[in-house]
Amino acid sequence: MNFDPSHSKRSFSSVGTRPIRPDGVDKVTGRARYGADFNMPGQLVGRILRSPHAHAIIRKIDTLKAAQLPGVKAVLTAADLPDLTDGDAAMYDILDNCMARKKALYDGHAVAAVAAIDARTAKQALKLIEVEYELLPHVTDVDQAFAPDAPLINDTIFTTGVDPKPDRPSNVSMRSQFGHGDVDAGMARADFVVERTFKTEQTHQGYIEPHACVASVSSDGTADLWVCTQGHFVYRQHCAQLLGMDASKLRVTSSEIGGGFGGKTHVWAEPVALALSRKAGRPVKLVMTRDEVFRASGPTSATSIDVKIGALKDGTIIAADATLRYSCGPYAGAWAEVGAMTAFACYKLENVRTVGYEVLVNRPKTAAYRAPSAPMAAFAVESAIDELAKKVGMNPIDFRIRNAAQEGTKASYGPVYGPIGIGPTLEAVKNHPHMKAPLGRNQGRGMACGFWFNFGGQTCTDLNIGMDGTVSLAVGTVDVGGSRASLSLVAAEELGIDYSQVRTVIADTSSLGYNDMTDGSRGTFSSSMATISAARNAIKILRERAAQMWDILVEDVTWEKGHAVAKGETHGNLPKLSLKEIAAASGTTGGPIAGHSEIVADGAGVSFATHICDIEVDPETGATKVLRYTVVQDAGKAVHPTYVEGQYQGGAAQGIGWALNEEYIYGKDGRLQNAGFLDYRIPVCSDLPMIDTQILEIPNPNHPYGVRGVGETSIVPPLAAVANAVSNAVGVRMLHIPMSPPRILAALEA
Amino acid sequence: MMTGIAVSTNINSDNAEFLCHADETLLDVLRDRLGLMGAKEGCGTGDCGACSIILDDRLVCSCLVLGAEAEGRRIETVEGMAQGDQLHPLQQKFLEHAALQCGICTPGFLIAAKDLLAKNPDPTEEEIRFGLAGNLCRCTGYDKIVRAVQDAAGVMRGA
Repeated sequence: MNFDPSHSKRSFSSVGTRPIRPDGVDKVTGRARYGADFNMPGQLVGRILRSPHAHAIIRKIDTLKAAQLPGVKAVLTAADLPDLTDGDAAMYDILDNCMARKKALYDGHAVAAVAAIDARTAKQALKLIEVEYELLPHVTDVDQAFAPDAPLINDTIFTTGVDPKPDRPSNVSMRSQFGHGDVDAGMARADFVVERTFKTEQTHQGYIEPHACVASVSSDGTADLWVCTQGHFVYRQHCAQLLGMDASKLRVTSSEIGGGFGGKTHVWAEPVALALSRKAGRPVKLVMTRDEVFRASGPTSATSIDVKIGALKDGTIIAADATLRYSCGPYAGAWAEVGAMTAFACYKLENVRTVGYEVLVNRPKTAAYRAPSAPMAAFAVESAIDELAKKVGMNPIDFRIRNAAQEGTKASYGPVYGPIGIGPTLEAVKNHPHMKAPLGRNQGRGMACGFWFNFGGQTCTDLNIGMDGTVSLAVGTVDVGGSRASLSLVAAEELGIDYSQVRTVIADTSSLGYNDMTDGSRGTFSSSMATISAARNAIKILRERAAQMWDILVEDVTWEKGHAVAKGETHGNLPKLSLKEIAAASGTTGGPIAGHSEIVADGAGVSFATHICDIEVDPETGATKVLRYTVVQDAGKAVHPTYVEGQYQGGAAQGIGWALNEEYIYGKDGRLQNAGFLDYRIPVCSDLPMIDTQILEIPNPNHPYGVRGVGETSIVPPLAAVANAVSNAVGVRMLHIPMSPPRILAALEA
Repeated sequence: MMTGIAVSTNINSDNAEFLCHADETLLDVLRDRLGLMGAKEGCGTGDCGACSIILDDRLVCSCLVLGAEAEGRRIETVEGMAQGDQLHPLQQKFLEHAALQCGICTPGFLIAAKDLLAKNPDPTEEEIRFGLAGNLCRCTGYDKIVRAVQDAAGVMRGA
């Protein structure tokens, strides 16, 4: 999108203010409708039967008894979902994950489904389905799965990215490598070297709303899907492809979404619900239980990471090397690749190399989780950086400042940075009052940096001006946490009208062109770009209409503060026309006034943050309490600063949970042992302190207002910040996340 | 054969009658039979608090209460907090402080906070944090929720 770069330094009237969000009242009164809050007349209840085994061949499924149960209207197995993916391997994996085709690949893998008149009949029907399994050896640990003699999960997987191609299959689906310079030569010159292996356990996004949808397929082949999703256009595409439908015949409406964090970016049960509805000829509502969410939606990778970093006596990092093994569930993934790209992205390095390995395991298919793959890499790298700073004899902030990437630095993953915020966040942390807060016995302070790419993507927006001069803004990026407020602010800013005059809605897939998902921190970034462009297109028409009303040339009309203004000596005396006056006349000046925009929102500015964390460890129990926490992050331009702060705080809290408590625990039998919020413990209110935030604004030169995505980076530093704090408190380097009480006690006793 | 249990109760000051199965939770009754969708099911096991309601002045997870147990009781849900278009101070302060992002946990937090302030009108930060520890929020990190409750408590005390 072309724009005047000086806009990045402009002053704003709406953008940067903190109004109440437009969807707020509905959300505090219970009126807002989420995935499970919608019903259709005649709807059935769908339920899914899941494998109790980590790895098994499905010999036979007998559904006869279930089908004969009174009240059961459809029973479904993989046989009802023929493979229409036409060689698209990624889509085939999604299909197989929705309903196991030949093998059950993890505890929780769907094997059959029913639709019945009510939940109790559906549950009863599941018990009547007989599945004959032939158990296979399984592997759930990333390091064990990486070993050459591990049980093989998929015999068609041959590691890509290695030359020559391996002659036998393995659990490693891909090797990727990034970097530049000569790492071995650099390491040889180092005066100090830190070399460590780190491990992180698998975590879940932990959104409070389970996956839920209502599917209704008509006998004419058209269909409607109501669903909680981060991307209803993507869900439409996935479902249409898997079910052999034209995308235009499937209308997907995104409900309010009760959290996603990456976990609602691809389909799980939605194609099953549609297939059940098609088979039963009635609408089907399918809501996952919490147990199903843990066992069968997409958690993040478990990882095992080797890091080696060398520095000269003067504190310059001379070489950096990392090997990252990320679990991707039982299907090929590209998670280690992302980890390898982000690992050293904060630093200016002459010699850097990262190698990533994607490792198949008998666990649920890995999905994105907020800045996917970056937090684990940052944990490893930032822990090693802290240790190296100590060896060099520098404090960890000065050591990082000395080596921080700058504008013009060639990033470890390839590109050359424009204006970036890593240095400023470090300087802000150095000067932050948090750094001067006193620490007592068993207490420690840690800090860490984090990076995320951010994403732009396909975006379109319709801005319609009503006859009364108020504005309807239809966007296609799902609002996961306040973006309707931000986009209303942007439209108000651009048109020069009041925030209250704009209503932003999320349009369904039949009412707007294709939009990528709300992922990659793109929601406000990309849709604000499209909104600005749509508003400018509308202003062009508003100026034309005003020119017509005045009977002057459009070139003589400017748009200022919500009004058409005639300019020049000839017309300067004409009274200005408000948007409302022009809208009221639209019926006689050429019809409705609207602005549209269809863009690829290129130029998402990279994002950096630095966090500070103070903790206290109880040496008796190994329990860790977070005492103080501060987030400093570059927002480019904060459109609605309160919601920017909310993103900073929320990411930090998730990272703290990951660092201290959260993990998937599998038994030797390959079954998940803690598939509930009691045993998979996310932070509660009494676990956390206030989370202080500082928003820096280093404008993104590629956005008209300087906006960068802000949603994800905040989860990148906490694992390392907490680990550095704990390591400083107990005097032992913590190498394994989460640092649960037993792990801390074990480290203290080692 | 009619297998339902006839239940007569009071919800948000209105009398309500319904039939339910013996094993049906009060949450399912509220949502599926009475159309009160404000209480949410996040876990079904009493661990997340999204289904919080007040039952005879006691804060409970409605997923852990049977519908039949509502007989003769008084139920308060999020739908009963505002008076017409006049929001409850907690609702207003949650909006002003942006104490919600996705909002799925908000009805439960509002009910739990209402119960907390009824019993302790001037809670410390720590008392708020422990008072709300039965409610999970995954978006906010709780900072803005605690501030909203502090602010609302002040308004409700007339401070």
